[in-house]
Amino acid sequence: MLALESLRLEIVTVSTHFLAGQFRQDFPILDQQVHGHPLVYLDNAASTQRPQCVIDELCRYYRKDHANVHRGLHELSARATALYEAARERVAAFLNAPSPDSIIFTRGTTESINLVASAWAGNVLRPGDCVLITEMEHHANLIPWQLAARRARARLEYLPVEGDESSINWQLLEKRLAGSPVRLLAFTHISNSLGCVNPAADVCRLARKYGTLTLLDAAQSAGHAPVDVQSIGCDFLAFSGHKCCGPTGIGVLYGRPELLNTMEPYQVGGEMISNVTYESATWKEAPHRFEAGTPHIAGAIALRTALDYLEGVGRVAIEANDRAFGQLAVEKLAEIPDLRILGPRKERTGIVSFAIANIHAHDLVAYADQFGIALRGGHHCNQPLMRKLGYHATARASFYFYNTEEEIDALVAVLRSARKYFG
Amino acid sequence: MEIDDLYQTIILDHSKRPRNFGELAPPFLKGEGVNPVCGDAVTVFVRPSDDDRVVEIRFTGQACAICTASTSLMTVQVKTRSIQEALALEQEFLAFLTRNGESSPRLGNLRALEGVKKFPQRLKCATLGWHALEAALRESRL
Repeated sequence: MLALESLRLEIVTVSTHFLAGQFRQDFPILDQQVHGHPLVYLDNAASTQRPQCVIDELCRYYRKDHANVHRGLHELSARATALYEAARERVAAFLNAPSPDSIIFTRGTTESINLVASAWAGNVLRPGDCVLITEMEHHANLIPWQLAARRARARLEYLPVEGDESSINWQLLEKRLAGSPVRLLAFTHISNSLGCVNPAADVCRLARKYGTLTLLDAAQSAGHAPVDVQSIGCDFLAFSGHKCCGPTGIGVLYGRPELLNTMEPYQVGGEMISNVTYESATWKEAPHRFEAGTPHIAGAIALRTALDYLEGVGRVAIEANDRAFGQLAVEKLAEIPDLRILGPRKERTGIVSFAIANIHAHDLVAYADQFGIALRGGHHCNQPLMRKLGYHATARASFYFYNTEEEIDALVAVLRSARKYFG
Repeated sequence: MEIDDLYQTIILDHSKRPRNFGELAPPFLKGEGVNPVCGDAVTVFVRPSDDDRVVEIRFTGQACAICTASTSLMTVQVKTRSIQEALALEQEFLAFLTRNGESSPRLGNLRALEGVKKFPQRLKCATLGWHALEAALRESRL
């Protein structure tokens, strides 16, 4: 066993070349030691951290303004309702959605997609209909469609992942759409394991040409780049608050209002009804039709703060920052022997999954943790993809605008020492 | 480093050079274990003798160092024991890891996995092979 106590990692300076120089200090959680080393948080694809202003807003709301929303007639209820609906408007503006009526608050991306699978597909799919997804989908954008297809006796088809860089050959899409009708195409904007960015606007334009509805999984993109639902032209879009500096337990489903109003509800109960008798009930219009029960009011309100914060950082700047980190990480990791990186070489964002020969990802991540480095190891909710690519388990480093270049160096140093430890 | 308690020399040795690794020619009893957290999977093959002793035991699968080492050490400890003894050893090992059970000499080199007590997130790794073994041995009761 080598004496590895001498491997001390010092994050001395914060690089001003990247955004972290300006914004890292806004994130109090990053300033801590883990197992005696400075925390190096590289698990942003799993969840991002909260800036102080988001933490403050949660506390402020509960200290000053909380009451149940929508039906109360007292002062606090009026304030809470105004804040909640203002948050909805803010999300609409963030996505450049045509109206706040197109924004439904959910628990997260997974619930948003389940909502469409249940309330749209569940009622509309007929036996023999086709839903098309890709082989790189996260389980949240895969399993709901398996279930919906099985229940409707419809077909679930996949656009394949191909080649050394594990990409979708989008040229195949037109041929498939022209071949026979596809009711819905659901695909990921940015892959949470491969780090590739799919051409959402082009894909949606093509789908529209053939009358195919589209659902965009924006879990990894909403907080990382400008996402404009009108210029992308998707029919549905889903994202999670906690992946863009917002609280956990809050997410968004965007849907074209005319589409949402044709849909039966997802969950039923209070808040989403107009008139109730013992025999039947009538529904409200979208979006309230899809928000049964008391929502995560504080979550929505603090999400608005997070989105305001992100606009302050600048989503174009974040996108460029992510790409630079992705590129830098790939370059530096490529120098480690026996290390393979999944996904694209060049056109990628700040998500890097990799495998080191003869070191299981689980052990690698446990080892990195000893040095304060937070990675993720496993199948990243992409089991079928990983199986197809022949990886049993991979490790993943995912960056956000508060990470520094020195943190990439810390990762590389730890991976080199891991090779000696397990070698 | 704290993690040295987990990755002791014997653990790394058994993970890099697992004993009794590979498939068994039939007839055999078979049991599988899968860890949904990381996708690790092991299959344990057992051939009992007429008097219910584990005369042959092998395992296959892809798993982390802790899981591989634990399963390898398991095969060494279990070989030649009776099925009853093997199942009792499993309980003893689980108790050792989870309930501060006594570390008896019967556990042999399995005691090197004591470090798992400090890393509870690796408990499933350390016990996966044992669950697969149990599944295989219970098959013999059918």
